[in-house]
Amino acid sequence: MYSKALAPLAIATVVILTATFALVFFYAPLDADQGFVQKIFYVHVPMAIVALGGFVAGGIFGIRHLRSGDSSWDLRSYVAIHLSIILGLGVLVTGAIWAKASWGHWWVWDEPVLVSFLVTFLLYCVYYPLRFAIEDPERQARYSSVFAIAAGAFVPLNFTAVRLAEAYTHPRVLSQTGGDLPSEMRLTFLVALVGMTLLFVTLWKLELTAKHASMQLKKLRRRRAEREAVAA
Amino acid sequence: MIRAALTILRKDLLLEWRTKESVPAMTLFTITVYVLFHFGLDRNALDGDLASGVLWVTLLLAAVIGVSRLFAAEREQGGIDALLLAPVDRTSLFLAKAGALFLFLVAVEVVAVPAYDLLLLGPGLGGTLPELPAILLLANVGIAAIGALVAALAAETRARELIVPLLLLPLLVPLLISCAQATEPLLRSEQGPEDLGRWLGLLTLYDVVFVLVSVAVFDFLLED
Repeated sequence: MYSKALAPLAIATVVILTATFALVFFYAPLDADQGFVQKIFYVHVPMAIVALGGFVAGGIFGIRHLRSGDSSWDLRSYVAIHLSIILGLGVLVTGAIWAKASWGHWWVWDEPVLVSFLVTFLLYCVYYPLRFAIEDPERQARYSSVFAIAAGAFVPLNFTAVRLAEAYTHPRVLSQTGGDLPSEMRLTFLVALVGMTLLFVTLWKLELTAKHASMQLKKLRRRRAEREAVAA
Repeated sequence: MIRAALTILRKDLLLEWRTKESVPAMTLFTITVYVLFHFGLDRNALDGDLASGVLWVTLLLAAVIGVSRLFAAEREQGGIDALLLAPVDRTSLFLAKAGALFLFLVAVEVVAVPAYDLLLLGPGLGGTLPELPAILLLANVGIAAIGALVAALAAETRARELIVPLLLLPLLVPLLISCAQATEPLLRSEQGPEDLGRWLGLLTLYDVVFVLVSVAVFDFLLED
């Protein structure tokens, strides 16, 4: 049910990600200010965009779950948030590396995007303790969806607030080269973004398939045990 | 709906009046935090951004106590079943709980803010009227909406004492930013540029969004 189109999707992901690596290293020009370090931009920024998209998607799946009462939407929401948290960790690590390389510090408080990402990440980390502190599966799904919706609404608000609060003291690649990113860089960036999105969707489908399969397996095992109990 | 909400609110206020559980504890807690900040920062008087930050962090920490006690009476005495059996919709329950939290916060601030002036604040509260009360009231609306939602989310979980602060504090970060930034120029020793409008606008946006979100999702909490 979830595994439909998984194989072509996986192949497309591999192809696009390979193309991304080729473009990043052989096609995109070196940044005039930052040199080679700027290449991390093609990993860091798409990862951040996809992670935030995943959080918002988790909220939308949560709405669908509460509307329909179909717990498969809760599973979708859970897996989307789960993957986004993993990507989020990647975003914080690559962001720190980039900050160290270009500004000399591992963490820079006046970089609004980094700070708002940390706050969002901290909030979503509570998803696990909340979800697994509820035993009843139906209630667990409902409460998790409520969390996903509230946190999904929080993401854009938080970004606005932090951005307003921080002074723009540091040059940033996106605003520095601005909307007029050189066309080679922009192409590379867009391909990287598509690749990261495909990776996310593929992993999401894979995880859903795996979860679904293990639930089916558990159901079948239980049925066999019941049958054996009756026979004995 | 409003009448049911008012009935539940009256019950909560009466309960608080008789047991005196949340508000005195929250107030006492704010004073304790002032003392902690006095020794932690090793300062006798604060002004400007430090004063505004200390005030707001203290108030938010006190709010955590209020939120984690919000459904305590229902849970401990089993009243929640009766409340859920009663023919009132969840929106009334949300309005009542958020209203109770709002009033608790006002009661705490009536003591805690003058106490702050007395203990730690350098410039005095005279120059902060009428802006500071307005900021406090707007902030209380946001804290009450988020607080009631978080309290209901955590009420049915096993580790609710852990969940409440972990969930509430990150959600309140945008509120803290706008409140602290709006209060900072009011508490400066010498007058400086103010940017009140932008921060009050953000605060209002935050309140509107979270009141709406909380009302929309509250129906799905506290069932059976």
